Amino acid sequence: MLDEKQLQDAVLTYVKNEYIDDEEEADELTPETPLISGGIVDSFSMVSLKVFLEKKYAIKIPDEDATPTAFDTVNKIVKLVKRFKEGK
Amino acid sequence: MAYSDKVREHYQKTIKEIREGGLFKEERFIHSPQAADIKVEYPEGSELASLINMCANNYLGLSSHPEVIKAAHDGLDSRGYGMSSVRFICGTQDIHRELQNKLTKFLGTEDTVLFPSCMDANAGVFEAILGEEDVIIADRLVHASLIDGIRLCKAQYDSFKHMNMDHLEQKLEMHQDKRIRLVVTDGVFSMDGDMAPLDKMVELCERYDSMILLDDSHATGFIGKTGKGTHEHFGVVGKIDIITTTLGKALGGASGGCVSGRAEIVEMCKQRARPYLFSNTMPPVIVAAASKVLDIISETTERRDKLEQNTKYFREKMTEAGFDIRPGQTPIVPVMLYNAQLSQDMAKDLYAEGIYVIGFFYPVVPQGQARIRCQLSAAHEREHLDKAIAAFKKVGAKHGILGLKKKEIIEKFGL
Ligand SMILES: Cc1ncc(COP(=O)(O)O)c(C=O)c1O
Repeated sequence: MLDEKQLQDAVLTYVKNEYIDDEEEADELTPETPLISGGIVDSFSMVSLKVFLEKKYAIKIPDEDATPTAFDTVNKIVKLVKRFKEGK
Repeated sequence: MAYSDKVREHYQKTIKEIREGGLFKEERFIHSPQAADIKVEYPEGSELASLINMCANNYLGLSSHPEVIKAAHDGLDSRGYGMSSVRFICGTQDIHRELQNKLTKFLGTEDTVLFPSCMDANAGVFEAILGEEDVIIADRLVHASLIDGIRLCKAQYDSFKHMNMDHLEQKLEMHQDKRIRLVVTDGVFSMDGDMAPLDKMVELCERYDSMILLDDSHATGFIGKTGKGTHEHFGVVGKIDIITTTLGKALGGASGGCVSGRAEIVEMCKQRARPYLFSNTMPPVIVAAASKVLDIISETTERRDKLEQNTKYFREKMTEAGFDIRPGQTPIVPVMLYNAQLSQDMAKDLYAEGIYVIGFFYPVVPQGQARIRCQLSAAHEREHLDKAIAAFKKVGAKHGILGLKKKEIIEKFGL
C-alpha cells in the first residue's frame, strides 16, 4: 500500500520545484490548487510530471488517462497514481 | 447540406465563447505602408485615424525603406513574380542561393536554408533532425511555433523554468541517457523583452553534450554590436548549432524565415523538413528585397544604433514618468498593468490620443500579468517618442497609476 500522505507530499514538492519560481506562490500551493486550469502548469509541460510519476512509482499512465483534468490538482494526481499503482 | 445547422451552431457557440472570454481578435485596417506614422480604420467603417505605431515588429524601420522597395521592384523585373514550385523541383533561383549565403555570413553560421516563414522553419526543423531516442529540453516560454514543431516530432520532450539555468542543468543531467539532447530557447522573448543567457546556456550545453537551438526572430538585425542577434550580444557567435529566424520582422518585414547553423543540420532540413519539401518557395520579389536588407545592415550599424538610442530614451523617460517598466535592454518594452481590464482601457485611451499600442492579458501572458507592450523602431524620431510618452503620462494620470508599484497597482485594480 502506498502511504497517501507521503505520496501527496512527494507530488506537491515536485510540482513546487518543477513549475513554480516565486517562493510566495510556492507557499500558497495546496493539494487542491488547480494546476492546469489555473495556469500554473501548461498542458504541454505536463509531460515532465507524467514522466516523473512513471519513473518514481514504476507505473505506466496511458496517454488517454493522462488528461489535463486528471492532472489538475495534486489530489487528483495522487488518486491517479494510486489507481495505477494498486490497480484499482 | 453538409454544413448542417448543428455544425453551424457549434461554431457560432464557440465564437460566442471566445467573445465572452474577452479573447476575440479583430483586424484593424491600415490604409498606409507600415511606418512610424500610419492611418488606421477602426472599428471597421470609421474615419481614418492618424496614429504613431508602437506595436509593429518593424524594429529597423526597413519595412518601407526606399532602397528595399526599389530592390523589390528590380527583383520583380529581373526574376518575375512567382516560381510556382517548391524549392527542390524548380523553385530555387540564383538569388535564393545568394540570400542564403548572405544570411550565413551575417549570422556567423555554416549554412542556411530558407523557409516560407519562421513558423515553417520551426515546424520543420525538429522532425527533420530528431527521433524518439532523442530529447528536446525547451524553455517554458518559447514561442508557439516552436511548441508546434516540437509536437510534430517524435523526440521526447522536457522543459525548464523560464531562464532558470539550475533547472536546465538538472534536466540536462537527467537526460544523459538519451542519444541526442537539444536545448531550445528564444533569443529575445516577445512578451517580456528579456534575453536568454546564451553564454551560460552554451557552457551548460558543452558540459552536458547537448546541441542548442535559438529562435532569434525578435533579435536578428539589431541585438548585438553589429546586429547579428542574441548570440552576438553574449559573445557566442559560431557556438549556436541551430538558429531559426524570420525575415518578417526587422529584416524588411515581408515574409520568409530560415534555419541556419551546422552544415549537416541544414542539409537534413533540405532532405526532410516538410514545409521545405511541400510548400512553395519564397517569391523572387521578397528574396531580392531581403537580400538588399542584408546589404544595408551589413554595411552600417546606423539603424540598430538608432534603435538602441530610442530604446534607452523611451525606457528611461517612461520609468521616470512613474510607469512600472519591465527592466531590460531590448526594444520590446512591457508597461506592466497586471489587471486585464486596465490594460484594455489604457490601450483604448492611448488610441484616442493617437498612439497605437496593444494591451495583452491572459492567456497570451500569464494570469495577473496584463500589460501594454510597446515596440520601438529605428523609424521612430524623437518627436514620435516624446508624443507617445506625453500620451502615456496623460492616460497614466487619468487612471492614477503613475508612480505606483506592482503591489499598489494590484491593490487598486485587483487582478
Ligand atoms: C519567436 C518567434 N518565432 C517565430 C515567429 C514566426 O515567424 P514568421 O512570421 O516568419 O512565421 C514569430 C512571429 O511571431 C516569433 O515571434
